[in-house]
Amino acid sequence: MSGVQWIDAKSVEEAVALLSAADSRGTTIAKAGGLDVLDLMKEGIVAPARIVNLQHIETLRGVRSTDGGLHLGALTTLAEIASNPSIGREYPALAAAAAHAATPQVRNAATIGGNLLQRPRCWYFRNELFHAARDATGREQSQYGAIFDNAQTTMVHASTPATALVAYGASVHVIGKAGKPRAIALSEFLLPPDFDRDRDTTLAGDEVLTHVSLPAVSAQTRAAYHKQTERDSYDWPICDVAVVLEMRDRSVEAATIVAGSVAPVPRRMTASEKLLPGRELDEALAAEAGRAATRGATPTEMNSYKVPILETVIRRTLLAAMA
Amino acid sequence: MSTRDLRNDRTILTGIVGDSLRPVTRNIPAEEPPELPPNSELRVIGKPVNRVDALAKVTGKARYTFDVQLPGMLYGRIVSSTVAHARIKSIDTAAAEAYPGVRAVHVLDRIMSIAQLRDPSAEANERYPLVRYNGQPIAAVAAVSMRAAKAAAKLVRVEYERLPHVTSLEAAMQKDAPVVFPGPTEQAATAGGGGAAPGLPQEGNLRGPARGGLGGGPRGDVQQGFAHADHIVMSEYRTQVQTHVPMETHGLVADWRDDELTLYASTQFTLSVRDEAAEIFELPKEQIRVISEFTGGGFGAKFGIGNYGALAIHLSRKAGAPVRVVLDRREEHVSVGNRPSSIQRVKLGAKRDGTLTALQVESFGTGGVAAGAGVGFAHTTMYPLANVLTEHYDVFTDAGPCAAFRAPGQVQGIFALEQALDELAHALDLDPLALREKIDTNDSDDARARRVERRIGAQHANWSQRRPPAADSGAIKRGLGMAQSHWAYIVHGTTSCEVRIRGDGSVIALTGAQDIGTGTRTIIAQTVAEELGLNAEDIDARIGDSRYPAGPASGGSRVTSSITPAARNAAHLAARDLAARIAPALDAKPEDLVFQDGRVFPRGRPERGMAFVEAVRKTNFEEIVQRADRREDYDGYRAKLGDLHISKQAIGGVQFAQIAVDTETGVVKVEKIVAVHDCGRPINPKLIESQIYGGVIQGVSYALYEERHLDPGTGVQLNANIDQYKIVGSRETPSIEVHVIEQLGRQSSTDARGVAEPANVATAAAIANAFYNATGKRIRTLPMTPANVLAALRADEDSEDSRGQS
Repeated sequence: MSGVQWIDAKSVEEAVALLSAADSRGTTIAKAGGLDVLDLMKEGIVAPARIVNLQHIETLRGVRSTDGGLHLGALTTLAEIASNPSIGREYPALAAAAAHAATPQVRNAATIGGNLLQRPRCWYFRNELFHAARDATGREQSQYGAIFDNAQTTMVHASTPATALVAYGASVHVIGKAGKPRAIALSEFLLPPDFDRDRDTTLAGDEVLTHVSLPAVSAQTRAAYHKQTERDSYDWPICDVAVVLEMRDRSVEAATIVAGSVAPVPRRMTASEKLLPGRELDEALAAEAGRAATRGATPTEMNSYKVPILETVIRRTLLAAMA
Repeated sequence: MSTRDLRNDRTILTGIVGDSLRPVTRNIPAEEPPELPPNSELRVIGKPVNRVDALAKVTGKARYTFDVQLPGMLYGRIVSSTVAHARIKSIDTAAAEAYPGVRAVHVLDRIMSIAQLRDPSAEANERYPLVRYNGQPIAAVAAVSMRAAKAAAKLVRVEYERLPHVTSLEAAMQKDAPVVFPGPTEQAATAGGGGAAPGLPQEGNLRGPARGGLGGGPRGDVQQGFAHADHIVMSEYRTQVQTHVPMETHGLVADWRDDELTLYASTQFTLSVRDEAAEIFELPKEQIRVISEFTGGGFGAKFGIGNYGALAIHLSRKAGAPVRVVLDRREEHVSVGNRPSSIQRVKLGAKRDGTLTALQVESFGTGGVAAGAGVGFAHTTMYPLANVLTEHYDVFTDAGPCAAFRAPGQVQGIFALEQALDELAHALDLDPLALREKIDTNDSDDARARRVERRIGAQHANWSQRRPPAADSGAIKRGLGMAQSHWAYIVHGTTSCEVRIRGDGSVIALTGAQDIGTGTRTIIAQTVAEELGLNAEDIDARIGDSRYPAGPASGGSRVTSSITPAARNAAHLAARDLAARIAPALDAKPEDLVFQDGRVFPRGRPERGMAFVEAVRKTNFEEIVQRADRREDYDGYRAKLGDLHISKQAIGGVQFAQIAVDTETGVVKVEKIVAVHDCGRPINPKLIESQIYGGVIQGVSYALYEERHLDPGTGVQLNANIDQYKIVGSRETPSIEVHVIEQLGRQSSTDARGVAEPANVATAAAIANAFYNATGKRIRTLPMTPANVLAALRADEDSEDSRGQS
């Protein structure tokens, strides 16, 4: 490893300029909390010549309620999201997702922007040998991989807050060379993980993610989130589920159910969602929704155990949203 | 005849304090100090004294090998194989040598810690050692900085001629499987145990059967035993490969000088480092000094110098400067040891009343490129069984070598054996505790201890409230199970301690033994303090230096059993020496002087005495130096394997597990473990508790989470970190209730025995038995991940996979 140039960007414009500048010495990489960048560097997956540190850009900070909903600066830490009282009140599924990500130490440093941009945790992806020898056998994900939409890859996106954010209909906002902000629905922004790309999103190499926005919730919104892991203390999920329900009286008017770590990107469980409108959500309906969710799953021999777990977690999370 | 050889008969009370003590006559060397009373009558021994080095540890002052910094020290980085099986055609180190800051490059010409060909001629013409696993060390680079060493190591070009490889146990057992070794192999034991029985047949990757081991080999006639059984249970159990993951990775700092080689080692046995270095570098042992002030865990894997240590020494010699080689976490997982896997087919026969008639075990295990997998010795030593046959096969795979790991083999073996007994109990409609009561009847201290331990454990685990299997109707099912532990009581043959009383009243105790985290300094200080009437913190216990008197290995649960008698004997001699000098001033006979509460006084007349320090100053000497050995156990040993002396007695414990199984997600939560153990005379209850906590936590981790995953295509370990190699965390740590009994075996001057290994042996089996009680299904595969649990719950077999005898 040769020396790495470290630049503290003072503004988004400066960061964008640095990222878009032609760099004959090698790649330039932006970092916020730096957790994934450091991991990737240690594993030999990336070897940037230049690191643009975003931590000093004040405009990337801050959590604000807006008339249209919620504004999360890209540098907002997961710990801040987990402990913010208004997020806890209005977006409890997001607060829970942030609270259950990683470890307390990581949550104190990890930002929501970096969390959404992190690379997959696939065992193969995280080992430089499988990047160096591309013909190496393997490359298939392990028992933690996708059970849906997995014909191209079984790698899953690693962000768990993304599961909640997609359920709330969040958008990400980016600024590039043209200086014109661009908003993209998070569900469109995230791409199936790929060894051959530098990132698993539609973010361009010279763009900076500035903030995440969430639409407003109503007094009739109910939500819940559950991350199912092998270990409680610190673990990547077997699956995680976020549920956002719009209620009318005692019936569900509209439902959004999103599952993470079961497909390459957070997946809307539309077969389950369709069952709910106009009905009272009780044990039986929740169980029906759970069963509907897993129809059509295409697990591998190694990860078929995830199917009944997903069914269970959807049922339990739906009931938790009503509790 | 010297005084050393004089022996007297002494009649002493032996047994379990608070339960039953009975007189026994022991023939004891005359020089041994008088027997100690029960702990309740002692001042320092048996008390929960804080670690004497606790402050140094929590403030960071304690210097681990990782922390060693020497003037001019270079950083070593290992070049490892990136293929699983290959012949090395060439190694080009030119670019690495030319890299700025590089001072030396060394290519290994021999690989240690793996099985060796019985007939080395098959590979005698190889230029380099063959690569047999992905991650095998090949060479190393020493440079002025770690960054330079890493960069240069990447420039070493290794050209391979690939050979077919095999990484899974089952695949390696196939007839047409790629062969890891071209001929039969041998693997000598290390000071930490391990190794494999010599001279066994080897066909392909299958080496065995081994029928002997510590238990003494087959007994009786199992066919006849099964013929006499009313009931037979037969099951297959599987356990995974677990890696050691000590907090401090393996490391060595080598400082090669013309007249002396100094090695700073993260080790479990300073003298094993010295001896292996002396052998490989053909140096006189006296010319090598090994220093190990603190070792951050080892669990069996830190004996000898290892390939990394050999590289550090080679590089230091070449560079003419100290060289530090400390493994990173990946290297630690891959190349310096693991607990082998196992497949165990257990057949157990019994009469209707539970009397065992026969036990037969066929087992396979892979320790990668090392032999020494196994299932322990409990089958032949724990319960009195007339008919036993165990046959074990090592299966070689292209994977990192195994090493001794906290109760090697026994953890795997007990997982199956104690579950088979639970299956038997249910099949015979016996309470599992009642079955143990019936069969656990050896004339041995551990069996006597377990009888008491079962009673204590049953009470604290609420055994009488235990419900029938699968009593909960909801998704979450709770259960209670128990399993028994058994381990050898081991003494290290060559163990000495020196005690110095200095003219200023300070006291120093010296031994070469190291501390892998169990509290060696503290137990020595306590033992010496007890004898001199001082407090533990008054004793400066100095350890971890091969120049000090020879100390025991930290392996096999033998430090406390070995070092405390030596320390007491030396302190006793020092006290008598001081008594003789101060007696005239106190107008008393030396033999009447008592050392207690920081004072010296004639027995029964404390007012006539003086402070210890005053007594020392009054007698005006520079230093009293007394050195003593750990004498052999008064009753002798069952076996001596070099310095590993195995008692006729044993140690053990009983553990109870209360768990909750989420039958919909397959997540197992261990809620509580009650661990009741014996370790002879408890020297320090706080340290013992700490060891048992550690054993239970490691046992829970093994039962539920830990597993090495290899990529079959490349042999790469996929989870060689602590992100994806899952270890129990704080939220999964159960409530652990520890009870320790006081058992006075009267075999040494302190009656102390070990506890580290038995603390880890029974946990997985207790959890598995609780799983059955919770769900009515058996889990015979470790770890109990959701995938394995859901598979076990789905299994539609009869809940007891057993059959009655027709």
